[in-house]
Amino acid sequence: MVTVDDYVARTEGTCGKEQDVIVIFKFDKKDEAVKRILAKATLKKSIAGIVFELTFNNFSFRLYGSGKAIFRDLKNKEELNALLSELLT
Amino acid sequence: MLDPYKIREDFPILKRKVNDNPLIYFDNAATSQKPRQVIEAIKDFYENHNANVHRAVHTLSQEATELYETAHEEVARFINAKGMEETVFVRGTTEAINLVAYAWGLHNLKRGDEIVVTLMEHHSNIVPWEMIAALRKASVKYSEINDDGTLNYESMENLMSKKTKMVCVSHVSNVTGVVNDVKRVVKLAHENGAWALIDGAQSVPHIPVNVKELDADFLAFSGHKMLGPTGIGVLYGKKDILERMEPFHGGGEMIREVSFNPKTKHCKISWNVLPWKFEAGTPNVCGAVGLMEAIRYLERIGMGNVKAHEEALTKYAIPRIESCKKAKIYGTRDTSVKCGIIPFGIEGLSSHDVALFLDNYGIMVRSGFHCAQPLHEMFKLSSSARASFYVYNTREEIDRFTEVLKEIGQF
Repeated sequence: MVTVDDYVARTEGTCGKEQDVIVIFKFDKKDEAVKRILAKATLKKSIAGIVFELTFNNFSFRLYGSGKAIFRDLKNKEELNALLSELLT
Repeated sequence: MLDPYKIREDFPILKRKVNDNPLIYFDNAATSQKPRQVIEAIKDFYENHNANVHRAVHTLSQEATELYETAHEEVARFINAKGMEETVFVRGTTEAINLVAYAWGLHNLKRGDEIVVTLMEHHSNIVPWEMIAALRKASVKYSEINDDGTLNYESMENLMSKKTKMVCVSHVSNVTGVVNDVKRVVKLAHENGAWALIDGAQSVPHIPVNVKELDADFLAFSGHKMLGPTGIGVLYGKKDILERMEPFHGGGEMIREVSFNPKTKHCKISWNVLPWKFEAGTPNVCGAVGLMEAIRYLERIGMGNVKAHEEALTKYAIPRIESCKKAKIYGTRDTSVKCGIIPFGIEGLSSHDVALFLDNYGIMVRSGFHCAQPLHEMFKLSSSARASFYVYNTREEIDRFTEVLKEIGQF
């Protein structure tokens, strides 16, 4: 069974007042993770096909072709995990 | 002037790609890359000379000791200290400041005493002082800074009094790159009977620093920001002051004698000479060897040339960044009072978005508070992105960086 841990290498709270969370996908799984997320989330905007402004379940986030994503306005880690679980599995 | 293209040949990491793009490393204020000369010196130490230093008679230990002591001497020469007795090796700038805060502050600060710092300080030049002030019932006073990020010397002067015992100021701000007139600050401190500690983390790697000329009582800096390895840094202190201070850590190496008295059932302890009194335990010998090689590398370039190169890059970068849609530079743009550090933002995007976007193109910049939250609060910023240059950066890299910034502006 596929889990979030299969794709996510690390999550990191950003330094600054924003309290954003950056998700770094595993290097060998990043392309698959990006593909899965793009298939489920709604695309708002994209630059050169490598940076994607997306929404999913009323959350907005940005996904980078380099295999990283930045999530805003999350209440806690559980909320992030639930979101990632829906997006990736 | 230095030749950054020739210098780049010495840095293996600059040949790699990140996200299929040539690496552009603009996060030098956080840490610098290492030339092969430093990498080889570290390798050579472990392959040929590795042993613990001091108090061993065997050949390897003698070689390691000689290298370690020579590293102290080279550091002393580099900053124009009297000699190795004035250069204490520590883990980095943070540990150097903590050493002074505890070894001096714990024994000398008393209720009502004041420590003066500035609002532009890195947290490592704020937190140790707040901690020691709380322990000793002393207080920390914060000098204001001007709207452009430069130091408000009048505010600093007004804060100083006979209550002031220590004045702590960055030589160069790690956020704005502003170069403070620390000679003036040291003079003010001395006029009030206080000592002055200079945080040289962002100055020693980038501009010529002469402790005699500054008359600084203490200077703290890190090896890893000046082409050396991580885990090695320096506390410079005037010999007579270091001699009067109590040790920071206790253990081996920092003692002359630990003699057990069977009558009192206590050990009588006497301290080692400088700088060993402040270097308890097995030191980072290899780090010292790497730092020595880094200093030799920088000296071959010439610190005046390093400064000129970074100033030229900053002058080149500022108008180009400002020409990007939605881009804004924070703090002064006057390159006569700043080093090669440029804090910036893109309207409507967080600094982390900007950094992630640039990362996608192989461009490394830092985002966040850069461990200087009070300065960001003063600028009313939730965070900032920061580009910082060093000897191996080029105008072409700045061109590529601004091209990508223009793309980000489309968001």
